[in-house]
Amino acid sequence: MTAQLLIQQLFNALSIGSIYALLALGLAVVFSVLGLLNFAYGEIITATAYTMVLLVSLGVPLLAAAPVGVIAGILMSVFTEFVAFRPLRKAPAYAVVFSSFAVSLLVQSFIRNVVSPRPQGLVVPAWLDQVITVGGVRFPALSIVTIVIAVLSMLALTALLQKSRHGLAMRAAAEDFETTRLMGAKAGRLILLAFAVSGTLAGIAGVLWIAKIGSATPDMGFNPLLIAFVAVVLGGMGSLRGAVLGGFALAFVEVGLQVFLPRDFVPYVQAISLFVVIIVLYVRPQGFARRVEERVA
Amino acid sequence: MTTLLEVRDLEAGYGPVKVLHGVSLDVNEGEVVAILGANGAGKSTLMGAIAGLVRPTGGTIRFRDDTISTLPTEQITRRGLTLVPEGRRIFAKLTVFENLKMGAYARRDRSAISSDLETMLDRFPVLSERRAQRAGTLSGGEQQQLAICRALMSQPTCILLDEPSLGLAPVMVDRVFELVRDLRERDGLTVILVEQSVSNALEVADRAYLVSSGRITSSGTSAEMVDAAQALEAAYLGGDVA
Repeated sequence: MTAQLLIQQLFNALSIGSIYALLALGLAVVFSVLGLLNFAYGEIITATAYTMVLLVSLGVPLLAAAPVGVIAGILMSVFTEFVAFRPLRKAPAYAVVFSSFAVSLLVQSFIRNVVSPRPQGLVVPAWLDQVITVGGVRFPALSIVTIVIAVLSMLALTALLQKSRHGLAMRAAAEDFETTRLMGAKAGRLILLAFAVSGTLAGIAGVLWIAKIGSATPDMGFNPLLIAFVAVVLGGMGSLRGAVLGGFALAFVEVGLQVFLPRDFVPYVQAISLFVVIIVLYVRPQGFARRVEERVA
Repeated sequence: MTTLLEVRDLEAGYGPVKVLHGVSLDVNEGEVVAILGANGAGKSTLMGAIAGLVRPTGGTIRFRDDTISTLPTEQITRRGLTLVPEGRRIFAKLTVFENLKMGAYARRDRSAISSDLETMLDRFPVLSERRAQRAGTLSGGEQQQLAICRALMSQPTCILLDEPSLGLAPVMVDRVFELVRDLRERDGLTVILVEQSVSNALEVADRAYLVSSGRITSSGTSAEMVDAAQALEAAYLGGDVA
């Protein structure tokens, strides 16, 4: 492989990995606080995408539609908390699996029946379709924007978690929710905050996702959910750093397979990459994250 | 003397398992009260129920004349009654300093919080030296001190200590009991102390209650309770618990 091609594929993996990492982070934030997976997580991306498609079709510029799309994502996430999670706070975990799954199906059939079952295209402005070529390596504007936005989002999340009072409480809750309540932190508010942060991250990922794939479908949330889920498992459930690593790892595996596999196998890349993930977990069931340190007696 | 905490006919448990069968006790302002009993007698459930971690199925708990038995944990802490749970439950991945900051989570008086943090670190040089370290790297005794300091940061009027000396080296046990004494003398707190180390507990406590199989079987001043406590310790040694 030439150096050119190598740089090209590394850049592609980095750009895809940025979206995957954001997706994984959003799922992991709720899991770290609540210990539960949100199976309506993909519908955040759907909400963001359809909001943007609608606004852009009404003539709103993409840059103005994007933040509104993120807000729609946050609302979707908070809606899920109120409908699927809050009423079942004391129920066993599997009940919440079903209720969040129900929200997912509800949103999908709502879109199918009220909007349309057919794909809705998003018109991307020309500047985003540009490709900058340096020394034979192609850098699409959208990929550059994706990496920059993802990095900024992760820095902002780190600042929130490390510097703010609520961020501190979220980190404490990730470790021991009950004791965090003993400190006077209101459980309901803390969980709501986790869903809002999750919705923000997934919303941002959703903007980048729809800009990349170009059209919205009712069941478009499934792939992002699957990616986030695999990345979170790969990184070690509940570890945010692990989720980011898991997202990038998954992207590098996918791009790697696309490059090295014979052309006939390319349609099966996703299946094969999931198989690779299974092998990784077979060797390291706890994911990438280090084990929780033993408390020193 | 005014009653600060009043527990009446308290019943609580976990799911179908009932642990407390009608517990009543009173704690006056400024007192140190010990709750003694064998393993599995229901002491921790009692503490959990008072702090709102275990939902009572019957009876009432009143704190400063308000019924708190229906309040969530966070509201009880905000009213000035806080629990230092069994096993310390410090946030191992957060730094010592962050643990203390979490203790002050419910407070909004920023400048007072930071001056309290400094006072606390001056008072406990061990914690001050390790303020930037992850709390999980502290020794058991240091973790217990941290857990108590963290609770103090919420400015409680009443503090519940669940087995603070459990699993600590003898030197550390002495230090923890010194600290318990300090909580009253220096911080002016009312203290409820659950302990298996009976003689140490009776030394610092004014009064004691003996819990057995989810009921209060006897109570009195620490001096009065020495005999009952000796019987309890004998029972430990005999291995006949709960």
